Amino acid sequence: MPDTGYAIAAVLVTAAVTWGLRALPFAALIPLRESSTVQYLSTRMPAGVMVILVVYCLHDLPVTEARAAAPLVALAVTLGLHLWRRNALLSIFSGTATHVVLASTVFTH
Amino acid sequence: MGLGFLPLGLAFGALVTQSGLDWWWAGLSAALIFGGSFEFLLIGMVTASAPLAAIAVSALLVNVRHVFYALSFPLHRVSGHLGKAYSTYTMCDEVYALATGQQSRTWSSRRILWLQFLLHLYWAGSSTAGALLGSLIPHYVTGLDFALTALFTVLALDAVRNLRGDVLTPVLAVLSALAARLLFPGQILLAAFTLFTAALLARRLTTSRKPRHA
Repeated sequence: MPDTGYAIAAVLVTAAVTWGLRALPFAALIPLRESSTVQYLSTRMPAGVMVILVVYCLHDLPVTEARAAAPLVALAVTLGLHLWRRNALLSIFSGTATHVVLASTVFTH
Repeated sequence: MGLGFLPLGLAFGALVTQSGLDWWWAGLSAALIFGGSFEFLLIGMVTASAPLAAIAVSALLVNVRHVFYALSFPLHRVSGHLGKAYSTYTMCDEVYALATGQQSRTWSSRRILWLQFLLHLYWAGSSTAGALLGSLIPHYVTGLDFALTALFTVLALDAVRNLRGDVLTPVLAVLSALAARLLFPGQILLAAFTLFTAALLARRLTTSRKPRHA
């Protein structure tokens, strides 16, 4: 187990870097808010950013191996349920449960 | 939507104790960092005793996407220096997704800050609970980390719906992510966000010219 002081320092370092990235760009970007190009970007970025984060989560998917089926089936369950019921909690919970069951039983490696 | 944080936080906390870290570390990380995706990655770095400088650089690269959020996050509607400070401190992906959505156009400063505080509380609480309960989970149970993928999937689907038929934007996002995956496998997020922003700008330039030709 790593040293306690080090484990705390790791959290503090990450928190400082993360807050810096979240707060400092506002000072630089606020003058640009009135620009129509920035407004064009800002209506389209939320969807694109989330789509990119989904692809990122799946980027180390072992596509040539059978165990890749677990995240793919779980993704289909999440998408299907959310399109059907539009209940975020239900979609996330069912998708995760599907993945846990498949990854812990059928597709153990 | 904040309730989506509960399974995710439980999964994060359980992974922390399954990795051999103390239960309180999950709560500390959740409360102070409040950035789920890197917190999942940080578990591995801390158990491997990665140097602090390497952690700082990785946090910078994984979280640099927040720079783009400043373009559209409604910080101008949050009042007070303390309010703005807290609002930026807790501006995670989910807060960004919710506060930039269609339904949030009329939200007051109070409402935005309450949303952020509740998500912060849910995340810290469920992470701590997950860490305390995690030791009860047998070791052969794996795959809880999919909660993060499921959360982003739900947020993406809702955000794409808000675009009202603009299919090109999610297609450009997928292409940017796949190109980043192929060309910059070490820097997928940074490369994907840069490519996507460039693609949107290029699209804006080409579409805004059309009326002049017509």
